[in-house]
Amino acid sequence: MTEPLAPPRRKNPLKKTRLPLIPQGARSRTAHGLTMAAAEGRFALQRCSDCGMAVYPPRDACPVCLSPRLPYQEADARGVLVAETTVRVSTDPYFRERMPWRVGTVKLDAGPVLVAHLHGDLREGERARLELKLDKSGAPVVLALPDKDTPHMQDDAQLREMTCEPTFRRVLITDGCTPVGQAMARAFSEIGSSIVFVGVAKAWKPFAGMDALRAVERVEIVPFDITDTESVTEQAEQNGGRIDIIVNTAEHTRAGGIIERRGIGVAREEMDVRYFGLMRLAQAFGPAMKFRGADGVNSAAAIVNLLSVYALMNWPLYGAYSAAEAACLSATHSLRAELRPGGVRMVNVFFGPLETEWFQAVPPPKVAPKALARAVIDALKRGLEDVFVGDVAEDVRARLSVNPKALERELAG
Amino acid sequence: MSGSTRMAYDGIVVCAPITVPYRRYSANSAHWWIGRALQALTKRSGLRLNELDGLSISSFTVAPDTAIGLTQHFGLSPRWLDHVPFGGASAIVALRRAARAVQTGDAEFVACVAGDTNHVDSFRKTLSTFSRFAQDAVYPYGSGGANASFALIAKNYMNTYGVRREDFGKICVAQRDNAMAVPHALMKKRLTLSDYMAARAISDPIHLFDCVMPCAGAEAFLVCGEAAARSLALKGVHLLSTIERHNAFPEDAIQVRGGWAVDAGELWSMAGVGPQDVDFVETYDDYPVIIMMQLEDLGFCRKGEAAEFVRAHTLTNEGSFPHNTCGGQLSVGQAGAAGGYLGLVEAIRQLTDAPLGTQVAEARIGLVSGFGMINYDRGLASGAAILARAA
Amino acid sequence: MSAVTLFELARGIASGAIRVVDLTQTLAPEFPTIILPPEFGQCAPFRLEEISRYDERGPAWYWNNFTVGEHTGTHFDAPIHWVSGKDLPDNAVDTIPVKNFIAPAAVIDCSKAAAVEPDFLMTVATVEAWEEQHGRIERGSWLLLRTDWSKKPYADYAGLREDGAHTPGPSPEVVKWLVEERDVHGFGTETIGTDAGQAQHFNPPFPAHFYMHGRGRYGLQCLTNLDQLPPKGAVIIAAPLKIKQGSGSPLRVLALIAEART
Repeated sequence: MTEPLAPPRRKNPLKKTRLPLIPQGARSRTAHGLTMAAAEGRFALQRCSDCGMAVYPPRDACPVCLSPRLPYQEADARGVLVAETTVRVSTDPYFRERMPWRVGTVKLDAGPVLVAHLHGDLREGERARLELKLDKSGAPVVLALPDKDTPHMQDDAQLREMTCEPTFRRVLITDGCTPVGQAMARAFSEIGSSIVFVGVAKAWKPFAGMDALRAVERVEIVPFDITDTESVTEQAEQNGGRIDIIVNTAEHTRAGGIIERRGIGVAREEMDVRYFGLMRLAQAFGPAMKFRGADGVNSAAAIVNLLSVYALMNWPLYGAYSAAEAACLSATHSLRAELRPGGVRMVNVFFGPLETEWFQAVPPPKVAPKALARAVIDALKRGLEDVFVGDVAEDVRARLSVNPKALERELAG
Repeated sequence: MSGSTRMAYDGIVVCAPITVPYRRYSANSAHWWIGRALQALTKRSGLRLNELDGLSISSFTVAPDTAIGLTQHFGLSPRWLDHVPFGGASAIVALRRAARAVQTGDAEFVACVAGDTNHVDSFRKTLSTFSRFAQDAVYPYGSGGANASFALIAKNYMNTYGVRREDFGKICVAQRDNAMAVPHALMKKRLTLSDYMAARAISDPIHLFDCVMPCAGAEAFLVCGEAAARSLALKGVHLLSTIERHNAFPEDAIQVRGGWAVDAGELWSMAGVGPQDVDFVETYDDYPVIIMMQLEDLGFCRKGEAAEFVRAHTLTNEGSFPHNTCGGQLSVGQAGAAGGYLGLVEAIRQLTDAPLGTQVAEARIGLVSGFGMINYDRGLASGAAILARAA
Repeated sequence: MSAVTLFELARGIASGAIRVVDLTQTLAPEFPTIILPPEFGQCAPFRLEEISRYDERGPAWYWNNFTVGEHTGTHFDAPIHWVSGKDLPDNAVDTIPVKNFIAPAAVIDCSKAAAVEPDFLMTVATVEAWEEQHGRIERGSWLLLRTDWSKKPYADYAGLREDGAHTPGPSPEVVKWLVEERDVHGFGTETIGTDAGQAQHFNPPFPAHFYMHGRGRYGLQCLTNLDQLPPKGAVIIAAPLKIKQGSGSPLRVLALIAEART
């Protein structure tokens, strides 16, 4: 039975903060097929194209027919926990301070035998459901869960090492002036975040939804302008030590290609909000978050960056916007590596056109702000790293993986 | 298994058993330890360095060097050179290859040496880069090392065959008894069954006294022909048979048997003896569960009945089934790859009346078993040899 | 005019007989800027980016780069800023004759009326009433509209509501009248913009810009400390940056006033 998590007590200011450690993250190149699946929340294994055998651990030749064609495919994640052990001694500093730690051998219905982390509610001999997760080093690991959901299962200590649960954590939403920002604030309040700081730039400028936002439980409006280094720094100085999750909702969306725009003024704003904005955010909040990556139940956990899927491939109808999103995306990759030693995850949530005013002329399907907020919460709960929200985003992802050049032409219309 | 018998080991002599006394930690390199063993071998045999024309090396910590680098390091110019990185099966494999080299005339005097150092941080470094499968699919899961991997094997074995911890404990207690007379054994205190049962858990169900103590040390022996051995006035033993098998039974979800089960018949038929003829057994004792698998798979009892066999016998040197006669790795220590040599070197000693501890009475035939190299979730390498006292 | 007068000017400033009043808001990131409909290009807010501060980026020095719009904070409007003044000669900040950067000012206090009515408009009647007390406005004077708006907190200062900004300014008629009947040098306000907040609905829209710049006159906005100036007698120094073909620039606006003798 998983003990439900108790709300964390106030931190003792005289105690040394436990520093974040990470387990060994080295993996072979072939094993990174698991990394990709884990990042997106899928369960995939190599399957031989020639004889159909499912194989694990990751290999470069089929152990039945020696074929080199072993692509990763979605696989049946069910099996049986054959044997378990409780590890009590380890020379690895990360695991040493997390003993005892349960692992076991799972025999998949699909064939392979996997060594897996065990959820506390899964007992030896029982049917198991497997998931691929990213551990604190950002490397893929197998987690065996009970076949059916159990009460409070998200509070399991070993599982929490691989997720970014928003419950009891303190959140900063960088821009609350937009429908997306407001939906995000509501979603985190409902899910039980202990406080939701919502950034509002230009306190002197009213915005739609302002009063309703103030009325949301546990929301605290703070001055925050992602285009102003001083504003971002000040907020980090005041609250940075007690922010566990940041959701970057700051947006700048304008239609138009590059040539048809006159001048670079709007583009400068786009870059200021999206690329420089993320840079300011990371510089101001990153160090404190990295320091607090293992600091108790409400440790610093993640920075969630909302990104247009057109960061991955430019949509010329929104050409300049796509380019700024691409700059932001590349920055997140650097930040991902920089944040990792501190046990903080950089989560990218990609969306296609939104149901918001600046995508007004775009036909459906579009993503509603509420749906985007739900996807962010889900990504944090599952510890995902790369999330695609809505039909258009998933479609772009699928086309990119097959033929990026074809997608380039198709988006150009 | 092929219908025809393999070629016998006629004319082969295995002699000059060398042990460089173990130390828990050593700042010296593996090269130093291997060098000590080589020097002892030359002194013991009377051979000069340039007369050693065959060399087989096993070591985990001699990296970045392998056997070839050691030829220059030690000033050897062999015409037959081998590097055997098979952990606990290294001795058997080295013996098999050296014997064939001598039989065909490719080499006259083959020095088989295993040595490893143990720095304070050796063990963690070895674990995390042990194998590709370990890196990808084992080490990230609690980093419990071989203890955690064999705990899963032990748990499954206990569940499958109804084996209790007490059954494992009896083996460990007997080995400790055998080790009490061994001067360089690192475990010096007598072990009782209640000590064994009360010891702290390492990775359930494996507790402290199920585990070997890593240390620094070296072991060696010489393989040559009968005439060559006479010319050196060296007392040696005869080789009746050997087997070797790797990655056996990959279809077993969890390891319950090793390669010996595939080739045991050939081991006995080639030797012309049966299990009842064996006077002592040196199993590879990384964990008691693997000892039980060896007893079953080599033919001393049926599968799943090793616990009963252990309960029905006394495993000390004066008992009904002398087993791991110098105390094994569990009591002496595991000096890396030399752990695989410990049993074979002790077998040569028992069969030439020069044991490290107590002598098994009228020891004429000994069986040595090797095992090792947990790559993912099971030990891959296995082998065994039957040795006989020279007439 | 002799050099003695200039010397007396300098000595008066040094001694305090001539007081120098700073009419400028500090250039800071949080100061409100004009907000145009989102489809239009926007005025850049003031942003300061530190280059180094006695650190590894520059061990012995502190300096910054800044970005700012021509019309950010306390700023000067040149005639070229508006469509009505686009073809006038010497209409950009780099071509305006520099003597025009120093001129006397008439300060009309409408603070009480503006306090109760954010959309207060200064009319011809307002000015004529003032002239009855203080005399006719000298030609070539700045006309500064004091509303004490600079004392308000930022939200009220910007005065933004659902239907746009609600801040005080001049009526279309008074602007035309000030240019044609009083030959004013330029028009200055404490608010963001020389025009009232709702001036997009006037006839013509944005009359202060339209008429002033259309007749080659200048604008000053986001002024402060107008309450320290006498109705007449202050001399304003307002020299914008010499930006090539600039439409305006943030600047330091200073007023010189003779201190009353006690």
